[in-house]
Amino acid sequence: MAAERRAEVLSAMDVGRALTRVSHEVVERNSGVSTLVLVGMQRGGVWIAEHIARSIAGFEGHVDVPVGSIDVSMYRDDIALRPVVPAAVTDSPVDITGKTVVLVDDVLFTGRTVRAALDALLDHGRPRAVQLAVLVDRGHRELPIRPDFVGKNIPTHVSDEVDASLQGVFVLSAIADIDGGKRVAS
Amino acid sequence: MKHLLSIEELTVEQLTALLDLTDHMVEINARPVPKVPALRGRTVASVFFEDSTRTRLSFEMAAKRLSADTMTFNVGTSSVNKGESLRDTIETLSAMGVDAFVVRHKSSGVPHMITEWTDASVINAGDGWHQHPTQALLDCHTVTRSFGTGNDLRGRTVAIVGDIKHSRVARSNIRAFTLLGAEVVLVAPRTLLPPEIIDWPVRTVDALDEVVSDVDVLYLLRMQRERMDAALVPSLGEYSARFGLTRQRATRLKPDALVLHPGPMNRGVEIVVDPRELPGSRILDQVRTGVSARMSVLYTVLSGGSVPPTGGAE
Amino acid sequence: MNSFVLRGGTIVNPDGNVEADVVVSGGVIDTVGGTTSDLPVVDATGCYISSGFVDLHTHLREPGKEEAETIETGSRAAARGGYTAVVAMPNTDPAHDAVHVVDFVRARGEQVGLCDVLPSGCITIGRLGQQLVPFAALAKAGVHLFTDDGTGVQDPLLMRRALEYAGQLGVVLAQHCEVARLTEGAVMHEGACCSSLGLPGWPALAEELMLHRDIELVRLTGSPMHFLHLSTARSVEMVRQAKLEGLPITAEVTPHHLSLVDELLTSLDTVFKVNPPLRTRTDIEALKGGVLDGTIDAVATDHAPHSDHAKEQPLDAAPPGMLGLETALAVINTSMGLSPRRIAEVLSWNPARIANVADRHGRPVAVGEPANLAVWDTSSEWVVSRDHFASKSRNTPYDGMTLRGRVHHTVFRGELVVKDGEATK
Repeated sequence: MAAERRAEVLSAMDVGRALTRVSHEVVERNSGVSTLVLVGMQRGGVWIAEHIARSIAGFEGHVDVPVGSIDVSMYRDDIALRPVVPAAVTDSPVDITGKTVVLVDDVLFTGRTVRAALDALLDHGRPRAVQLAVLVDRGHRELPIRPDFVGKNIPTHVSDEVDASLQGVFVLSAIADIDGGKRVAS
Repeated sequence: MKHLLSIEELTVEQLTALLDLTDHMVEINARPVPKVPALRGRTVASVFFEDSTRTRLSFEMAAKRLSADTMTFNVGTSSVNKGESLRDTIETLSAMGVDAFVVRHKSSGVPHMITEWTDASVINAGDGWHQHPTQALLDCHTVTRSFGTGNDLRGRTVAIVGDIKHSRVARSNIRAFTLLGAEVVLVAPRTLLPPEIIDWPVRTVDALDEVVSDVDVLYLLRMQRERMDAALVPSLGEYSARFGLTRQRATRLKPDALVLHPGPMNRGVEIVVDPRELPGSRILDQVRTGVSARMSVLYTVLSGGSVPPTGGAE
Repeated sequence: MNSFVLRGGTIVNPDGNVEADVVVSGGVIDTVGGTTSDLPVVDATGCYISSGFVDLHTHLREPGKEEAETIETGSRAAARGGYTAVVAMPNTDPAHDAVHVVDFVRARGEQVGLCDVLPSGCITIGRLGQQLVPFAALAKAGVHLFTDDGTGVQDPLLMRRALEYAGQLGVVLAQHCEVARLTEGAVMHEGACCSSLGLPGWPALAEELMLHRDIELVRLTGSPMHFLHLSTARSVEMVRQAKLEGLPITAEVTPHHLSLVDELLTSLDTVFKVNPPLRTRTDIEALKGGVLDGTIDAVATDHAPHSDHAKEQPLDAAPPGMLGLETALAVINTSMGLSPRRIAEVLSWNPARIANVADRHGRPVAVGEPANLAVWDTSSEWVVSRDHFASKSRNTPYDGMTLRGRVHHTVFRGELVVKDGEATK
């Protein structure tokens, strides 16, 4: 990309609000937190899972929702197409069998990483149910995967890059592509 | 990384990346179902021109745990005995669709030669007296994780004892331990040292007694009985007396010193004391780590794509 | 083309260089200088014209290993390298230990007609180091150099007897200096490089011990001896000393030992496996010193063709040896920058005397002399390609390297057998 434009689509405050809402939705959907386990997907989903856990602890009053992390490097279907990503830690604090696992990621895109994460998760146990929470859904799904909780739907071009953190969500676009490219809202 | 032929060609970053990835494989191996689909559809061929059942099984288990298909080319019953050349063997297997060759040969350089004749990855599972990189990897993992200081061995002293001259394990380990910052001391009779090692980053001592109480890691090499016939040592008894880990020497080890051996052990020669009585023995950990370390290598060479991911962060 | 003129070159003779055209006719040099005839012209502009080169050390492989080289392909390779005579080493199958074998080799060489093929003889039957060959019968069949090359004669008693017996016949023994017990399984020079590669080492001592023993046997018997492919600094010093003492010895080195260092084996490429092995920079410098000061009499190729199939074996099993004939001039010129006179000396004049063919090779370029000539330069650069060799094998260690100096034409018995670098038949 010769030139890039970096556009803020969510401010830091927007991110905080979106995650707070998602935290409430998670609790509401599951009628409490007793069987919940939050599993952040390495690497972008881990801080969000921890953020949601803290948020729930804040409004539900001193309940500790277990937070784990999962690395999907070994489960990808595109190993030869990507540079080697050093595999990160998979850490499940509790046995997930019989639990409701909320998979957490920052950006939902093609759905392939979530597919890999589902496979990885099932190697660790047999959850009662798996739900998916994402901060941003940017569209362009390649698999029949749908998030249960979404912070924000953001239309993007397929070649855009999305950078999500507590400081905000930014879309990086190649300037030449901006007008000609097709934008897809999910 | 397309091939793993020698520790010499690794940077410290590549070595530590392999060690870190080994941690991940250790975690996978601890699961109730120790298997991941990472290398589904890939084929790993073990081609062992020299017998080594444990190394071969370790690689095959590593491949299977990553869901690769495995095949074994058994030289003993193969066409190699009917005069087929090395090159023809490799080209034939390549044509079947092998993605990685795991190669053991009695001659230095064979894994390197093979890379010229195939597009597949080549992993050196031991060539002559030259290199045995996966052994060094599992040894470094065993040692660093025992000490719990990350990948850093600075300030640690590793003594490698025995037949350095004929040892691919020693050549790989000297380099690997040195890369991680350890000081390496070679302990051997002059006949079992390579002819010219003034450029090696090691110091040498003449007898185990000189260093046994100072070292953090005591790495005993296998003393092969046929060395005695070649006039390299007068007798195994004399070797054992000067270089063997006897009960008496074991009592002089530092309390947290580790004892390693690449196996198979010659009990009563290089190791006289029962290793089960040694609190610092990591000999079984080495075998256990072997599978994880080889998974790390297989995953690294077979997943080494160069096309960047499309579509940005996900 | 029985008559032609080599035009525009510089003649290299023991009494000096001179620019002159050379007319070749009827197998001899007809005229030197001042030609006006309308003979066909062969361009020698910018080239030196010397007597044809004589290789003391060529493995032609026939009979027995024709897949690697034949007398025909080897002769063609020799001609392309500027050679008009080669000494054929005896380690064929069968070996040169009987008259009918050397007769075959010589006859086949004549039939091919690209250079003089001079069969050497073994010292022991089958090169097994046990029983002496029929020296007198072989000498009568024209054999002058006797050697068990490929291995040294290990038994000191046998070597003493051979020197005593053969010395009487006016022939010369040539020794491959290697104490076999010290080189069992050896792949490369014993030193720092073999230590890190984990390859069995070939110590310099194995050569020097046998060289020392045989110099002493020469001293004892008074019989002459030629030392093949010396490779170490100490060897050069020992020969220098022995020559000062007036002992009747001669010595050769190879182009590869003058140019290639043992560290090339870090490529683990069997093309660099050779016997004796490539040595260190110190050895190379000492060998060059020996060539410069005359301690070393001749540069001999040890041209050792091996099929790709043979060289594609593991390092421990691959046969030692490398091609030499077609690159010898360029290699020594590139690595040493000798004067044209010294080049002619070590490639032609001295080896012709050692091989006992100085009646027709290594002669001055003068009227009436047999027309065995090499036309070469020391300045043109070319890139070696293993795909462009006349030899049947491809095991050149110089593939892809840029060398300086090349052979343009070779004249053998008055016939232009190589023209513009290519064999004419």
